[in-house]
Amino acid sequence: MSVLVLAEHNNQSLKEATKKALTAALKIFSPAHVVVIGNNCASAANDAATLEGVEKVLLVEDTTYENMLCEPTADLLFELMKSYDYLVSAATTNGKNILPRVAAKLDVSQISEIISVIDNKTFQRPIYAGNAIATVESSTEKNVITVRTTAFETAQVGSSVATIEKIDAGNNPGLSEFIEEKVSSSERPELTSAGIIVSGGRGMQSGDNFKMLESVADKLGAAVGASRAAVDAGFVPNEYQVGQTGKVVAPELYIAVGISGAIQHLAGMKDSKVIVAINKDDEAPIFEVADYGLVADLFDAVPELDKELEKIQK
Amino acid sequence: MKILVPVKRVVDYNVKIRVDKETNAVDLNNIKMSINPFDEIAVEEAIRIKEAGQCDEIVVVSLGPEQSKETIRNALAMGADRGIHVKTDHSPEPLLVAKILEKVCEKEDYDLIILGKQSIDDDCNQTGQMLSALLNRSLGTYASKVEIENDTIIVTREIDGGLQTIKLKKPAVLTTDLRLNEPRYASLPNIMKAKQKTIDELDPSDLGIDMTPKVSTKKVEEPPKRVGGGKVESIQELVDKLKNVSGVI
Ligand SMILES: Cc1cc2nc3c(=O)[nH]c(=O)nc-3n(C[C@H](O)[C@H](O)[C@H](O)COP(=O)(O)OP(=O)(O)OC[C@H]3O[C@@H](n4cnc5c(N)ncnc54)[C@H](O)[C@@H]3O)c2cc1C
Ligand SMILES: Nc1ncnc2c1ncn2[C@@H]1O[C@H](COP(=O)(O)O)[C@@H](O)[C@H]1O
Repeated sequence: MSVLVLAEHNNQSLKEATKKALTAALKIFSPAHVVVIGNNCASAANDAATLEGVEKVLLVEDTTYENMLCEPTADLLFELMKSYDYLVSAATTNGKNILPRVAAKLDVSQISEIISVIDNKTFQRPIYAGNAIATVESSTEKNVITVRTTAFETAQVGSSVATIEKIDAGNNPGLSEFIEEKVSSSERPELTSAGIIVSGGRGMQSGDNFKMLESVADKLGAAVGASRAAVDAGFVPNEYQVGQTGKVVAPELYIAVGISGAIQHLAGMKDSKVIVAINKDDEAPIFEVADYGLVADLFDAVPELDKELEKIQK
Repeated sequence: MKILVPVKRVVDYNVKIRVDKETNAVDLNNIKMSINPFDEIAVEEAIRIKEAGQCDEIVVVSLGPEQSKETIRNALAMGADRGIHVKTDHSPEPLLVAKILEKVCEKEDYDLIILGKQSIDDDCNQTGQMLSALLNRSLGTYASKVEIENDTIIVTREIDGGLQTIKLKKPAVLTTDLRLNEPRYASLPNIMKAKQKTIDELDPSDLGIDMTPKVSTKKVEEPPKRVGGGKVESIQELVDKLKNVSGVI
């Protein structure tokens, strides 16, 4: 049996998400191979080569793959899959975009966002916004799987370094073209790998008021997240959205401020270790999942929290 | 230009579902069903493209039981032109949906197919991507903005880091994200008009597709319940608990 893991990277370093997907892949079969597809991305391949359980890294570098456009990337993976039984990727937007296209070419179903590996054909995955867990069994030789990264540990650096094999680029079918990317650069940790997250909802009333949360976040070394309502209202950009159809997170500490706790929001954060909710409505459903709920006006509570944290820092 | 919009009938997004321990499945008895919210956004986008004079006809298609016709009517009432109902007892897995949609596209050609990015019941997030592969067409997932030019489509996509803009060759497959548009409500006259619109029926067996699932569901369970409901009275108490009880700060 053989497993290929698709790497998520920024052409420089390997993303944390891939290290988690690797852990899931190794539960299916160990050791695994990792494929790094991009442009001038050798350093990401070097990262992958150091990880425990990685036997070989395939490196494909070409301008075609600079932005991981899905059609050429899926074509290349389809070719590579002639020699593998499993294709595994983190359920990042790239993974979710590309893998089903490979699965369809292989004439297999994809198993999306697994949270556990029962055996090499049986997996668990959340359905209905995580309100039910399905155990599914695949009947095909080849399998294409995306991994919900919050459910798996980060693979660690191993004692040996895997070989890196360069692979030629495939053809670009020329169906799409990259124009631009608007990625906000932030000094704060990434939402999906942060240990602490401070999230705001519609209760924040404006984008400006998010500065209060940023100040708290910076004292805690936390990332800032948001509910859909806060994103829709334009308070913060789309990449802040936590939930069923946004990012799924499971930090040590999640602080929900002015968020009611709709099913779709809970789906993205209810596996956090400790949940704090600050809301003025004592009947808000967020309190049902909170370890520490504070019924208060956020415009009083958040500045107070900020001051209290400042005291601890000193 | 002709647009196809696949729409799925799903449990309404406001319903908190329950797992039936006896049948080992999600209990769907007497539960409100609706059009998948992302598909409603897809229908709206198609209508806006038509209103801009860039499309001649919008066809909606749904796979599922008889009641899926209601979902189709819903889209017709919003402004789609006609429907296709592919009769199956339940919605099959995404690969099979994609294969059926491929056949639907063989019968009649569509320049653009707009799907939802994900069904809110199975949370698969696959069908559009699979269909694009089967048809060998360009793909723009998670669209938050769509601009049609002559032979190309400029799509802004919601990605993990922010927004990405790509240019697709027509014909293309798109999937919608939440912020693409705000779907309209169907007006009463339009609901009445929708009753006159045609819905053609198709049987998967006529399409020559092997409907044997490749993945089977062995079990459905409730997730472990989170014990919440704890309260604190003040910020001081909160910070103290986080520091000294939970040890997370
Ligand atoms: C298909 C679909 C997908 C979705 N996906 C997501 C998703 O991924 N993520 C997501 O979050 N949502 C998602 N939603 C939306 C979800 O259903 C809710 O609408 C959304 O989560 C509500 O956001 P909110 O809690 O910020 O706003 P509201 O529900 O409006 O809650 C605001 C809260 O703020 C409190 N508040 C107001 N003022 C104050 C104050 N001064 N002090 C303290 N508290 C205050 C109020 O009491 C209230 O509880 C989705 C919906 C659909 C249909
Ligand atoms: N039974 C169905 N009938 C019509 N469209 C469907 C069906 N199942 C899935 N789709 C389409 O595929 C999209 C993605 O679904 P999924 O891959 O199941 O998450 C949905 O938003 C619909 O547009």
